[in-house]
Amino acid sequence: MTRGCLDTPVIKERGQHEVFCGLTSIIWLHRKMQDAFFLVVGSRTCAHLLQSAAGVMIFAEPRFGTAILEEKDLAGMADANAELDREVATLLQRRPDIRQLFLVGSCPSEVIKLDLARAAERLSAQFAPHVRVLNFSGSGIETTFTQGEDTCLASMVPALPASDAHQLLLVGALPDVVEDQARALLAQIGIETVHCLPAQRADATPSIGPNTKYALTQPFLGETHAALQRRGARWIAAPTPLGVEGTTLWLMAIADAFGISRAQVEAAIAAPRARAQAAVARVAETLQGKSAFFMPDSQMEPALARFLQRECGMEIVEIGTPYLHAELHRPELALLAAGPRLAEGQDVERQLDRVRAARPDITVCGLGLANPLEAEGLTTKWAIELVFTPVHLFEQAADLAGLFARPIRRKQILAPGAPKMEAAE
Amino acid sequence: MKLSLWTYEGPPHVGAIRVATGMRNMHMVLHAPQGDTYADLLFTMIERRNHRPPVTYTTFQARDLGADTAGLFKDACRAAYERHRPEALLVAASCTAELIQDDPGGLAASMGLPVPVIPLELPSYQRKENFGADEAFYQICKALAKPMPRTAQVSCNILGATALGFRHRDDVAEIRQILERMGIAVNVTAPLDAAPSDIARLGQAHFNVLLYPETGEQAARWLQRSFGQPCIGTVPLGVGATRRFVQEVATLAGAAPILDETRLRQPWWSASVDSTYLTGKRVFIFGDGTHAMAAARVARDEMGFDVVGLGCYNREQARPLRALAREFGLEALISDDYLEVEAAIADLAPELILGTQMERHIGKRLGIPCAVISAPVHVQDFPARYSPQMGIEGANVLFDTWVHPLVMGLEEHLLTMFREDFEFHDAAGPSHHGAKAQPAPSQPQTSQAQPSPAAAPQPAPAGAGDAGNIVWLSDAERELKKIPFFVRGKARRNTESFAQTRGLSEISVDTLYEAKAHYAR
Repeated sequence: MTRGCLDTPVIKERGQHEVFCGLTSIIWLHRKMQDAFFLVVGSRTCAHLLQSAAGVMIFAEPRFGTAILEEKDLAGMADANAELDREVATLLQRRPDIRQLFLVGSCPSEVIKLDLARAAERLSAQFAPHVRVLNFSGSGIETTFTQGEDTCLASMVPALPASDAHQLLLVGALPDVVEDQARALLAQIGIETVHCLPAQRADATPSIGPNTKYALTQPFLGETHAALQRRGARWIAAPTPLGVEGTTLWLMAIADAFGISRAQVEAAIAAPRARAQAAVARVAETLQGKSAFFMPDSQMEPALARFLQRECGMEIVEIGTPYLHAELHRPELALLAAGPRLAEGQDVERQLDRVRAARPDITVCGLGLANPLEAEGLTTKWAIELVFTPVHLFEQAADLAGLFARPIRRKQILAPGAPKMEAAE
Repeated sequence: MKLSLWTYEGPPHVGAIRVATGMRNMHMVLHAPQGDTYADLLFTMIERRNHRPPVTYTTFQARDLGADTAGLFKDACRAAYERHRPEALLVAASCTAELIQDDPGGLAASMGLPVPVIPLELPSYQRKENFGADEAFYQICKALAKPMPRTAQVSCNILGATALGFRHRDDVAEIRQILERMGIAVNVTAPLDAAPSDIARLGQAHFNVLLYPETGEQAARWLQRSFGQPCIGTVPLGVGATRRFVQEVATLAGAAPILDETRLRQPWWSASVDSTYLTGKRVFIFGDGTHAMAAARVARDEMGFDVVGLGCYNREQARPLRALAREFGLEALISDDYLEVEAAIADLAPELILGTQMERHIGKRLGIPCAVISAPVHVQDFPARYSPQMGIEGANVLFDTWVHPLVMGLEEHLLTMFREDFEFHDAAGPSHHGAKAQPAPSQPQTSQAQPSPAAAPQPAPAGAGDAGNIVWLSDAERELKKIPFFVRGKARRNTESFAQTRGLSEISVDTLYEAKAHYAR
């Protein structure tokens, strides 16, 4: 077996990080967990971030809010706790449908050392059994973007009921349509009992124990991974199920762990895999031979780079990622052919210098950088869309490729004198 | 601690970033944790700016807190200066950095940078975005503006426009044209488009024009005190205000009150017969104080609307807005809690909302048309075309924008006449809109459709009183549904209060029509 990118030296950078904090995860988590409310204990900045990052405001029923700290909360901590209890009581009274309440730590709450773990215990005792109160950190000083989902799921693990059942647990907040596809594929393979963390509703909360095997659906779940292992569950090491190859290897690894033969998997996935391969190939025509540069965003970068390199024929210039988890990223790095630079952390100005020097065909970056780079004549892909769009498993593999192909095609269409492209989507 | 689901204003450092981003050759170093860089996307995405805001974020993390965050700040400051070579440097702390008390101002001052360093105090736990912009601009003026001889030609400065401002780009262009037509030179526009070296020459102008009190009032006052520059107080929003503005400028500058009205169409558009249907339309107005007050005057005096609600989210403007509301016979709504605004709108059931991005969502939920008149706004409110709110073209734009969401004159009648036509019914909405907001589902209960009974705190709707005890008989309920959706809320409300004043406990078809006759005008 080749070592892929496992021996590539990692550029470690400190400096301005052009990334979201973990609070941003609430935007998809609150949609996934339909009886949960996310109460950020923070500042006006936190509230403003959430509504700005959400882009299109989700006004229908926001199941998240911010308890905004005010001057008087900073003066006396006892007051802050009393205030928090009051806000929670009002909120739960107003929202009797809420079964899980997450107190979410922010930069200010952590700097003033407001103990949300104790607050969660206190409030849990008060509102049990109807509402369970948990806490996690989404602060920028502790977490980057998708790490908010990680700390959220990790906070749920100690509270999961114990079970000795032989079972599979899928970990990571997948869009409902993708979760259903995963269940259907696994059932085809012969695994009927599949639980998900997070569950859509509190009463579907999975149980866990030494006979639980779990597969991660996202590569950014390091803390959750550690918490699950502390509960005795066993990890099924596999690449992230992105692209045809990633999905195949992920399913194979799960089947192996459950003693199911490869032949059985092959039989079950033959049709969707062939369909996905054909679809990806069509989109990949636009991507073949093009170069890509990843700015750090979601920790999905190594997996995405692997997909673009191995299934779409792209050349990867640099894989920037907020954090490179030795264990969880290993399967991706092993697959990636050597060549790309690896960078962890960020000094945005220096990294932009490298982007300008390389002039990649596509730069995957945050919303704050995309238009400025486009104005410099570069083509970009907003990284956040890769997190907000269903991209996992066979049926979405071509959609994933399409997210990268569309900006390139658009540039070709708009380029003066360029031949008009077929409207193939 | 105050629970907030959506906010009208960001934190004060975002206001300061709006000032810095509007300027040229200015750079800002913000002591802030990872994540605060989200502010960049407001400018690059919502306003579609083609460059990054000139802000360096120090990006401290938890592991830095026990160590040397002050050192981190100084390194970031030095690197920012070396890379960007600005004419001046703003330094500030975001909410989290305020707590660790590193004193960015003092640190930066001690570094001996060869350009002016302007420290900002932005109390994040007390104040908000508009204050941050106003304060930043004031501190910049105080630090950089120098006493200078007046220009030979009569000239003025245009103050208050910032990056991410609602139509600031076009308002400034429109007002500049008006001033120049009067023979008045524009010395500097600031903060938008000004470099620190331009700020230095503010004192050359004979007077100031303050377009946005929210973001330029402190600076304008300081310039008046320090350099004796009087300030034009009228904000030229609407035809009347624009004419008053020109008069005021003429008096102050000793110039002739010339206003080119050849392209002014709004008064005729408003007078033409098709606009008859606008008469007495009930509008609810909410926004920043300046835009809300101006919109109220335009709505009443230039559009013939009936203003039924008026409010603003910035307390700084509460006093003048309350006074104006009294003049309109209304109780002003001063609140930055959008749930409270939503409850007020649901209660009043207006036919049109003039508001912000927030009210657009409220309107969508309640099935009430909405036009946006004030920040906060979203990407669709930064149009490619020239679209000022102020001056002559601004008045035209206001007419078009406010009328667009409504069902047009004759169409309104047709909907009333053929309300049971299966294709041409009220739920189909105005025919010039491809897709429309769904009206709130008509409910069998007696009370007005309320926003998200679960999410919204339910302050007892003023005036609704005991309407909850009045029962709609099923015939009357069916009859009510035949009334087009855009007046149904009003009809329901009127009928209920009519029934209440008559001490009725049931509403029949007759009650409905008695109420209609009673309120006829």
